[in-house]
Amino acid sequence: MGMSQNSKTKPINEIRNFAIIAHIDHGKSTLADRLIQQCGGLEEREMQEQVLDNTDIERERGITIKAQTVRLEHTAKDGITYQLNLMDTPGHVDFSYEVSRSLASCEGSILVVDASQGVEAQTLANVYQALDNDHEIIPVINKIDLPAADPEKVRTEIEDVIGLDASDAILASAKTGAGINDLLEAICTRLPPPHEGEADKTTKALLVDSWYDIYLGVVVLVRVIDGYLRKGQKIKFMSNGATREIDRVGMFTPKKVELDILGPGEMGFITASIKDISETNVGDTITDEKKPCETALPGFKPSIPMVFCSFYPADAGEFEKLRESLGKIRLNDASLHYEPESSQALGLGFRCGFLGLLHMEIIQERLEREFDLDLIPTAPSVVYKINMTNNTQVELYNPVDMPDVVKIKSIEEPWIKATILVPDEYLGGLLQLCQDRRGVQVDLTYAGGRAMLIYRLPLNEVVFDFYDRLKSISKGYASFDYELDGYGENDLVKLEIRVNEEPVDALAMIVHRASAEKRGRQMCERLKDLIPRQMFKIAIQAAIGGKIIARENVSALRKDVTAKCYGGDITRKKKLLEKQKKGKAKMRQYGNVEIPQSAFIAALKMGDE
Amino acid sequence: MRPNLHQLAIYFHWPFCLSKCPYCDFNAHAFDSVDHERYQKAYQKALAFYAEKLGDREITSVFFGGGTPSLMKPEMVAVLLSDIKKHWKIADDLEVTLEANPTSVEIEKFKAFREAGVNRISLGIQSFIDKDLKFLGRQHDVAQAKRAIEIADQCFDRYSFDLIYGRPDQTIKAWERELKEALPFAKGHMSLYQLTIERSTPFYMRYNRGEFNVPDDIDGAEFYHVTQGIMEDAGLPAYEVSNHAALGQESRHNLVYWRYQDYIGIGAGAHGRFCMNGQKLSSRDHSAPEVWMERAESQGHGSHEWEEIAPEDKFVESLMMGLRLSKGISISALEENSECEFKDQIKTEHLKTAIKEGWVNFDERQISLTREGLLRLNQIIPYLLR
Ligand SMILES: Nc1nc2c(ncn2[C@@H]2O[C@H](COP(=O)(O)OP(=O)(O)O)[C@@H](O)[C@H]2O)c(=O)[nH]1
Ligand SMILES: C[S@@+](CC[C@H](N)C(=O)[O-])C[C@H]1O[C@@H](n2cnc3c(N)ncnc32)[C@H](O)[C@@H]1O
Ligand code: SF4
Ligand SMILES: [Mg+2]
Repeated sequence: MGMSQNSKTKPINEIRNFAIIAHIDHGKSTLADRLIQQCGGLEEREMQEQVLDNTDIERERGITIKAQTVRLEHTAKDGITYQLNLMDTPGHVDFSYEVSRSLASCEGSILVVDASQGVEAQTLANVYQALDNDHEIIPVINKIDLPAADPEKVRTEIEDVIGLDASDAILASAKTGAGINDLLEAICTRLPPPHEGEADKTTKALLVDSWYDIYLGVVVLVRVIDGYLRKGQKIKFMSNGATREIDRVGMFTPKKVELDILGPGEMGFITASIKDISETNVGDTITDEKKPCETALPGFKPSIPMVFCSFYPADAGEFEKLRESLGKIRLNDASLHYEPESSQALGLGFRCGFLGLLHMEIIQERLEREFDLDLIPTAPSVVYKINMTNNTQVELYNPVDMPDVVKIKSIEEPWIKATILVPDEYLGGLLQLCQDRRGVQVDLTYAGGRAMLIYRLPLNEVVFDFYDRLKSISKGYASFDYELDGYGENDLVKLEIRVNEEPVDALAMIVHRASAEKRGRQMCERLKDLIPRQMFKIAIQAAIGGKIIARENVSALRKDVTAKCYGGDITRKKKLLEKQKKGKAKMRQYGNVEIPQSAFIAALKMGDE
Repeated sequence: MRPNLHQLAIYFHWPFCLSKCPYCDFNAHAFDSVDHERYQKAYQKALAFYAEKLGDREITSVFFGGGTPSLMKPEMVAVLLSDIKKHWKIADDLEVTLEANPTSVEIEKFKAFREAGVNRISLGIQSFIDKDLKFLGRQHDVAQAKRAIEIADQCFDRYSFDLIYGRPDQTIKAWERELKEALPFAKGHMSLYQLTIERSTPFYMRYNRGEFNVPDDIDGAEFYHVTQGIMEDAGLPAYEVSNHAALGQESRHNLVYWRYQDYIGIGAGAHGRFCMNGQKLSSRDHSAPEVWMERAESQGHGSHEWEEIAPEDKFVESLMMGLRLSKGISISALEENSECEFKDQIKTEHLKTAIKEGWVNFDERQISLTREGLLRLNQIIPYLLR
């Protein structure tokens, strides 16, 4: 970290706070790179692609998971040197929560639209969020260097589909740098300065985000609304009353630079000897301990996990390691929830809650790569609300825990409102898909050769390979975004899979009655192929309550003997036996047969095909 | 006291063949030229090495296996056998077996092999149908096979031959016919192996590409039953899963393996199991012929480090081999071989189930498998073990 720099803060009308919003891959991060470079935030040699994407997974997948902030300086044509605080936001639906936080701390947005792709589902979702936050929006039509670029068509689309005036949209290429100067100029002239902010008021700052840094401890990203934040100041977190002394104040350029002070309208970070991010609630109001402000900022709704699945270590001995690893990830990702659970089929593991499917995938990938764990994930599921006959309501996080059916009055499941943009030729296929997934059509409009579909869907049907199906039906051209849309009652049942009459807990799922039989049959067929034949016949059944709705048999093996075995083969045969024996540790007893755990794992894996 | 501590069998592995058969995954290499003299010296050196360690034994059998040991020079076989006689005490009824392929070159050497001291020959006939021999990639035809048997009969006291059945697209009827045709050529001993599609062989790839079918477990069981019936009628019942003999004509050498008695293995990839200083050791020779030879030359033997076999492992090995025999194995032999108690190693519940299912015969003194049990041997062993 460099030496402390300022002791004066910028006048508020020379500050511009803005977010960059876009559908995934339309060029947010690359555009941020160009802006940083243009403003001299990094030297040429320090520049690498997508500097704001810090983690390996972000870099490799080319997605932004955590919002990032960076302070730039630009001298506009009016001769004023503006302070620009830029936020690069995640584009994916799972992280829309992060997007909303970022937007709340800015006054304007740069809307990036790919000149060859046009408006997509997340473009829309992000724009609506920006409008909800009263943002001024500057449309940027990016990638004009591409041969397939059609800026005029995209301009019309922005106007038709979003209803945004795009007459002065900026044509740019984050790749070649074209239009970047115009954009900087537009940021200074077209976006408003921070609204509130009176220097003589007492300190009031928004806690935008926090993360754990091995050198600094918990780093808190803040946006000052009123007053100042200074080194040495005693501050108070209004949500829990905790008090701390600020030991560092600083900004990102994107390098960390220490400052003495942050003033009204400014963004930056503080550290205050905080050990655990759970003490810092995103959306909280930070104020002065001695002279606290009267009212807190509205804050954010806490992020709620929407998708659940369990992770089991493939090697039972790694349970503790899994616990530690989850703990480490949680240090920086408060939206990850987990608690230990035990399964007869898979042993000891953790039930985890995620913001969505991508979030789940990313956590799994991090556990496997950063922590070198071999994981067995169970099928993703959602949170059901169960209305009991005694008029209480319980939340069901795991199908295994479903109460006895006679005690259940009704079951509610979460619904989403999905926005799907799709070229005409694939519309039929997508309508069919939504229909099959119990969707209810809300709206269907056309704009420029594409259809915009609004559907209500049970989230349950979406976590189960919906996104993959959508992509494959549309050959990758459809885009999809969703928001939660309440709970609704439905005829839901617990589908149980039994092997030799004994339920396999890890394979239990909640499904709509109408699709139970099909899903049950699929799972039985799958297991039939996966369970190795043995000396005894193995019965596989799918059941709802006590009723068997599908069954398969794995027939008994009639012959398994090595024809030729003499002296030299003892060792070889012995090895085989040892392997079998080792495998036994991963076997689960069902009646008189042992089923390798791998069969269940494979059955679960096929679930997302 | 451990059984047969004083007796020892010797196995030589000759890892070369004229060409590699597409179903075979034995340590056998098609070769252009082999330095026979160098090999002979290496084998001699290894023999001397073992003689020094285990000199106080009586040799009951010698087996030249392969590969194709009938490609060895008879002089070399003679030298090795005379070395053995120099190093060890020899049993009166010493059995010396050599595996031979029935090509004309090799047939011509039979007499010389007999003169070298071989008294039993095991012929790789495989089939009595020319078309099938071709399919199996064999270098001989039916006429040569019959000629080989005729000469073998003239030269040796005892001979045996191998057939492979359950061949690609073979029907049970066709096999019955072929086996009955083969019987008149037998004299006291036959080995009948159901074809195994081994990984890392060309057959494996072809099978997985769907080029041909082999019997599944149900047909395979049927093939086996039919075979047993015919062989019993012919007075050559199975004494081991795939080996048939008239009473007293069993391969004494192979019985050593199945009874978990002592043998040393010399040659690329050869294995041994023998007691020394109160421990049961396992040896495993380097499997690449060149490496084996270099090791044998430099350290006197071609083996990786010998390893002591743990009691539970001895139990498993002894059970695994013993249950291949029709007679099975006595509980006392199992316990002596392993220094383990039978009841500590076996799951009683599973043993009971296996008896009830009609797979196992058990009477406190002896454990053996029924024919249905033999057919499930690979499953039963882990099932019975704790
Ligand atoms: N040709 C061209 N490619 C671009 C441009 N901007 C971004 N890209 C590429 O588009 C892909 C997605 O960009 P990225 O910045 O990761 O998008 P994000 O997901 O919105 O952050 C990357 O391969 C970029 O190199 C541009 O102006 N022209
Ligand atoms: C290793 S070979 C050595 C003998 C000699 N080289 C020969 O091929 O005739 C011993 C016997 O194993 C049997 N054998 C080899 N590969 C086999 C396979 N894949 N399945 C069944 N039997 C096999 C054959 O019957 C062969 O005669
Ligand atoms: S001749 Fe015998 S050992 Fe050689 S490759 Fe053929 S089957 Fe294998
Ligand atoms: Mg990005």
